[in-house]
Amino acid sequence: MLRRFHSLAGLTAALFLLITATTGALLALDPALQRANALVPARGAVSVADVAEKVLLAYPGTEQIERLPSGAVVVYFTQDGQTAADLINPLTGTRLATYQQSAVFAWLKDLHRAFLWDDKGRAGAGIVALLLSVLCVSGVFLLASRAGGWRQLFAPMRSASNGAISPRLHAELARAAALGLLLSALTGSVMSALRFELLPEAAELEADFPQKVAGTAAAPVGTLPALQQTDLVDLHQLIFPSRTDPQDLYALSTHQGSGYVDQATGQWLSYADYGNAAQLQTFIMELHTGETYWWLGLLFGLAALTVPALVITGFQIWWQRRRAMPHLQGNSAVGQADTIMLVGSESNSTWGFANALCEALKHAGCLVHLAPMDQLANHYVKAERLLILTSTYGDGDAPASASQFLQKLQKLPPTLSLPFAVLAFGDRQFCSFCAFADHVTEALQQRQWPQLLATDYVDRQSAATFEHWGVALGNVLGRPLMLHYTPVLPACHGLMLVERQNYGEAVQAPTCVLRFQSAPPGSTLPVFSAGDLVGILPPGNAAPRFYSLASASTDGVLEICVRQQDNGLCSGFLYNLKFGETAAGFIQKNARFKPAAGKSPILLIGAGTGIAPLVGFIRANTARRPIYLYWGGRLATSDFLYQNELNSYLADQRLSQLHVAFSRGAEPAYVQDKLLQDADQIRTLINGNAQIMLCGGRRMATDVATSLNTILAPIALDVATLKKSGRYLEDTY
Amino acid sequence: MKKLFITAEFMLGLCLPNVIQAAEVTITTTLHSYQGDGAYLAIYLTDANGKYNKTLWVAGGKAKYYKHLQDWARGSGLKSTEYDGSTGASVTSGEQLTFKVNIEDALIDAGYLIRVDSAVEDQRDQRVDAELPLTRRGAGTSVAGRGYVKTISYTL
Ligand SMILES: Cc1cc2nc3c(=O)[nH]c(=O)nc-3n(C[C@H](O)[C@H](O)[C@H](O)COP(=O)(O)OP(=O)(O)OC[C@H]3O[C@@H](n4cnc5c(N)ncnc54)[C@H](O)[C@@H]3O)c2cc1C
Ligand SMILES: Cc1cc2nc3c(=O)[nH]c(=O)nc-3n(C[C@H](O)[C@H](O)[C@H](O)COP(=O)(O)O)c2cc1C
Repeated sequence: MLRRFHSLAGLTAALFLLITATTGALLALDPALQRANALVPARGAVSVADVAEKVLLAYPGTEQIERLPSGAVVVYFTQDGQTAADLINPLTGTRLATYQQSAVFAWLKDLHRAFLWDDKGRAGAGIVALLLSVLCVSGVFLLASRAGGWRQLFAPMRSASNGAISPRLHAELARAAALGLLLSALTGSVMSALRFELLPEAAELEADFPQKVAGTAAAPVGTLPALQQTDLVDLHQLIFPSRTDPQDLYALSTHQGSGYVDQATGQWLSYADYGNAAQLQTFIMELHTGETYWWLGLLFGLAALTVPALVITGFQIWWQRRRAMPHLQGNSAVGQADTIMLVGSESNSTWGFANALCEALKHAGCLVHLAPMDQLANHYVKAERLLILTSTYGDGDAPASASQFLQKLQKLPPTLSLPFAVLAFGDRQFCSFCAFADHVTEALQQRQWPQLLATDYVDRQSAATFEHWGVALGNVLGRPLMLHYTPVLPACHGLMLVERQNYGEAVQAPTCVLRFQSAPPGSTLPVFSAGDLVGILPPGNAAPRFYSLASASTDGVLEICVRQQDNGLCSGFLYNLKFGETAAGFIQKNARFKPAAGKSPILLIGAGTGIAPLVGFIRANTARRPIYLYWGGRLATSDFLYQNELNSYLADQRLSQLHVAFSRGAEPAYVQDKLLQDADQIRTLINGNAQIMLCGGRRMATDVATSLNTILAPIALDVATLKKSGRYLEDTY
Repeated sequence: MKKLFITAEFMLGLCLPNVIQAAEVTITTTLHSYQGDGAYLAIYLTDANGKYNKTLWVAGGKAKYYKHLQDWARGSGLKSTEYDGSTGASVTSGEQLTFKVNIEDALIDAGYLIRVDSAVEDQRDQRVDAELPLTRRGAGTSVAGRGYVKTISYTL
């Protein structure tokens, strides 16, 4: 709800926010520039009488002296029948420059507060300011909910699990700028509301105009006590009496109040404080413009600079979310539905199943509300059951549309309880098969919600398993369900083999490095980089097998490293593929397995074909950040994959250290043995904020994790902790 | 250039007893081209000593900004009875303001002055931006202003 509101407000105001914020950021420079050019004596150094006396010598036609909020002093005077204004040196009273408001800033200001469109534009700008305040407040609530509570608001953030950068960037920028933006927006809204009399404006209280003056000869301005007692720092404006009128007076206003001073006696004849309400209004205005607090103005300006980035990333997030949520037809409202269906999906295939189930349920007379899992609500008025369909990513991670589900579940009111069923989608090729669905089931069981039927597991989008589950669900509901699911195959590209290197035959580990080009020639592949996956469909089999990519699309080839498994269908097909032959494949993004941005060291660990993405990361390390590679094979002379290439990377410093272990060498060792030998170095690296990336077989992965736990114990860390903060990434099979 | 014609005869005319003779005066004020929002103007009569006598016209919609028309504000005490019925929109850069007003014959050729105070948001206030004596001979002669006012003239 709040998120919808936030997006809607942001989308409505986007274009205007861009204008208002950019001009605001530029305008923030004005007070700072003015201040930099002004000569500002400290309090106590100069009185208003001092300045007035000196100014009058330099400008006999002085009419008015004004101290600008920046501290600069301006004299308004008449010369040759025309009025003019100069900036002056308050110590000498002499001219510094002609006082002229910069045309550029004046134009920017008009654009900022009125979109160059008079009063109508001003009203518009006021609405934009109000929308920005609303965006700030709703945004901060969303930030807190994203962080998992107000206390975590300032905890380090993690990237979105699906690797999209906009959500994290949006959140980080918003968190940094929120306060500044909110203050700017609120003060701007108040100013606009005052202008349009939506808020009652407190008029500055004014001194009465004195009826009686001394009327004797005017005394020199430098001798007037009231002016001598007023420090220049407090001055707002001093208006000189008309030369020809002995009844006229000095009108003196300071930051606190204003009044009239007799030109003969130099005494205050009347004086009034502006009053607290008017002072508050002035304060609000000065806060907004940064006129008095130029440094604060600069901070606000910086905050305003984030707005264009916030608008763009916000738009991207909205678009990505919209795209990720298929268009639902005939969806019942939350409050009306008897059946709530929540979907956890990342690449959207689960939505296909959800739609099929939804149709069947509607056919059977249910009112279904279908939504992403992250939209779990606090109240379901008429709901009788909750059905959850979710995939799993990474090591039991939530898919993108369910990343906040478990957190939100924790916060549900204890009174809410719904009979539930979970259907898990996953792929047995991955280590933690359907683990996220299991976490969800456990969490619901812990809340003691009644379970309608046991969680079932759909491997590789098996339509048969799905339909089987549908029958079981129909039985429980007492209404037969007719599920019609038509599998959607990923769009495949032709991959033509152009290069190969074979290894490992001598040690019964036939492995090859294969390089493909898009076929037919001239066709292009989607963008990919090392660590992404390619799904290959072996001939005569509908289930794709994944292979980790060692190259990026910019390298011009698609490179994988394949170990031929005994009787392996796909690996055998690839191993025996000849030059010029093609395989059918699609790119599967794998954003969870990418080096963190920055310069911190990376510790790469792998065995066998696990080298593939790792070598890709090293190849792309043109920034020369420290990378340490630990890799294990069988025999140096037979299956040392990428040996020459790795040595050349050591030479050109894309790779800092290379440690290899061979299980059948002169000194047999596994990769974890090398790690244990270098335990000190590993601990130093981890203390230096290093990230660990692990790729290869499942057994190796468990052994390495055990050894790393031993190594990290002395510095009170373990693999699980590193995983939580995104510093331990795995790609294992 | 857009012209503003405003007839304000009724306000003075109505209040005056019939016996008093009054002349219809047309006052035309032209502004300089300057950068900024519309100018607020107060056009009023003063006696020979510069003492406020009566308001002829106030240009500018928001009474809360009237205090920036400093001398006029002081003289009129900003009492709305002083200017009710003789106000209009602010005058934008380069524009001309023309209005008609009935002035008693007794005030003509009697040392009275027509005076303009002016102000523009975020810019300086101009007391006595322009001033010219109200005489039969002076009718038709333009006088230059010192601030936002380029020229002012009147016809009888
Ligand atoms: C994320 C991911 C990344 C992968 N990256 C790579 C890669 O870079 N290089 C690579 O060679 N493979 C990789 N794989 C494994 C690959 O997807 C296939 O599972 C593998 O090639 C076997 O498929 P197949 O069709 O040849 O075997 P199948 O015909 O499916 O199975 C035949 C036999 O081989 C056995 N078998 C299958 N897989 C394995 C295995 N991994 N270890 C031991 N025995 C097995 C089965 O138990 C069965 O007996 C990756 C898998 C995943 C999930
Ligand atoms: C990079 C990647 C990682 C995956 N990790 C797992 C996993 O750990 N466990 C699992 O059961 N399935 C895993 N899968 C398989 C998906 O869960 C499965 O393909 C699912 O049907 C996708 O549904 P979705 O398209 O709705 O997200 C993974 C798939 C990919 C592409």
